Amino acid sequence: MSREAPLPAKSDGPAQSLSHAAIDQALLDAREKSLFQTALSSQALWVTVALALICLVMGYLQPESFATPENFYNITRNFSFIGIMALGMVAVIATGGIDLSVGSIMGLVAVVCGLTLQAGYPWWAAFLDGLAAGGVVGLINGLLVAEVGLSSFVVTLGMLSIARSVAVVLSGNRMIYNFGPGGPIFKKFGSGEIEFWHWGDHSLALSYPLLILVALTILFAVVLKMTAWGRYILAIGGNEQAALLTGVPVKRVKIQCYVVSALAAALAGILNVGWSGSAINALGTGYELLAISAAVIGGANLMGGEGSAYGALIGAALIFVIRNALLMAGVDSNWQGTFVGVFLVAAVYLGKIRAKRA
Amino acid sequence: MTAVLELKDIVKHFGAIHALNQVDLSLNPGEVLGLMGDNGAGKSTLVKVVAGNFPPTSGEIRLAGEPVHFSKPVEAREKGVEAVYQDLALCNNLSASANVFLGREIKKRFGPIAWLDHRAMARRAGELFGELKSETRPRDLVKQMSGGQRQAVAIARTRLSKAKLVLMDEPTAAISVRQVAEVLDLIRRLRDSGMAIMLISHRMPDVFDVCDRVAVMRRGRKVADKPIGSTSPEEVTGLITGAIHVA
Repeated sequence: MSREAPLPAKSDGPAQSLSHAAIDQALLDAREKSLFQTALSSQALWVTVALALICLVMGYLQPESFATPENFYNITRNFSFIGIMALGMVAVIATGGIDLSVGSIMGLVAVVCGLTLQAGYPWWAAFLDGLAAGGVVGLINGLLVAEVGLSSFVVTLGMLSIARSVAVVLSGNRMIYNFGPGGPIFKKFGSGEIEFWHWGDHSLALSYPLLILVALTILFAVVLKMTAWGRYILAIGGNEQAALLTGVPVKRVKIQCYVVSALAAALAGILNVGWSGSAINALGTGYELLAISAAVIGGANLMGGEGSAYGALIGAALIFVIRNALLMAGVDSNWQGTFVGVFLVAAVYLGKIRAKRA
Repeated sequence: MTAVLELKDIVKHFGAIHALNQVDLSLNPGEVLGLMGDNGAGKSTLVKVVAGNFPPTSGEIRLAGEPVHFSKPVEAREKGVEAVYQDLALCNNLSASANVFLGREIKKRFGPIAWLDHRAMARRAGELFGELKSETRPRDLVKQMSGGQRQAVAIARTRLSKAKLVLMDEPTAAISVRQVAEVLDLIRRLRDSGMAIMLISHRMPDVFDVCDRVAVMRRGRKVADKPIGSTSPEEVTGLITGAIHVA
């Protein structure tokens, strides 16, 4: 076991001259793996490496189209919507659940925001209405899963259908684009950008959605690592019975996870409406699968107990870079799903192999 | 001396199954009681009733003379009852220290924001493992631990609070001979500090080694309750199997 940190030997030898305090300290600080080794065994790291490789190869092959600030701007904005949803998804998956309703929540939130703006209310009212709609849906999901004890797959599958249907009914099956006085500011959230660099004809700008995704990723990473709530999420996914026996408020934490997931989807919906400038009830159709894929590629374990904020971001990034790279390489866009699917299965398979060796 | 634990006429039905039938039991401070019986005799059910996993169908539980009604393990823990479960109730994906402190983390506070004090928890967990003479390292994942180390993590939990009564469900079932000796030493140390311990075990030598008294369950009833000095492994075996009816 060469991986083990050097421990003072228990038997004879110079170790005996060590004081007990020193031994205790060594035991205290010793980890099964160093931080470096922990990083090496993390799926998110290897996905990052794969992502960097794809970008390098594409940058070399297609310097004129792929490796441009404009393309960077577009890719990063596009994956931000899925990345934000994936963050919430990680919270649910880490408890051992699944949230299939996030795509439909996006559609519902889009319609709610659109109607609020169309009625002449200010941007913040639309923003709050959207979050409230998402929050209520998440609360219903959470209550049915945690309090009633139904399977998360079934509950959120039902909600996938319900939220989409309500969105269609509310919108009268029409696109909403007449946003009234609140429109310009509301749109800014999804379409705004901050210019970081400027040279010649080029400028490097980062979209608001990307900045929001990065901020939320950092926030969620800190919450997972540094708060009792974050630890409870992983504990529930690791052994729900143990969490219950040790006094973790299992039901409350689970409900909160579904609300967080729904709020993340609502925020993604709000930003997406702002970016596209219109609200359609079909927004987010099929996105639940992209969000789950992103979370899982980034190392979330569908059995629960594992998942990281950075993994959600990098998983979403990988999916969209693959799609973009194929497009740039002139591959028929219908093949995108095949490549994303292969990557998803390969990532999980490699993760399994690594877990066995670790 | 007031008994730490007094059970009176405890009955527990699961539908048509009578898991416990009018069980009386008492336990004094500093006393180790061995609870023996065949599989399905009702030992684990009795422990779960006392630990607050589910309330008895009827009967009375008194802790230090005070009648108590638990519906959750947390309520029992607040009254000084700690349980070490057979399946250990550990989260494999978390570190030893995280498991010891699960549900009662040490936090630092700044205004309304509270965050985990990983360092303090690792330190305290390290001290507890030290007291248990276990080589368990606080930051290791439980997934990677031996049976004995897992046992130490589960037992260290009971040391966090000043428990009055520790219930141990088969603590020596899945560990090596050397580690069994360590766990028995630990039980003696807990006893010397004035805790009462209820040890459920299938292992006759362990019970005769460490217990002051032995109670035998058969088909949901307590069929014997004797000081360890006035019985023998042969008699206890007979009581467990039913060859001896009552003692």
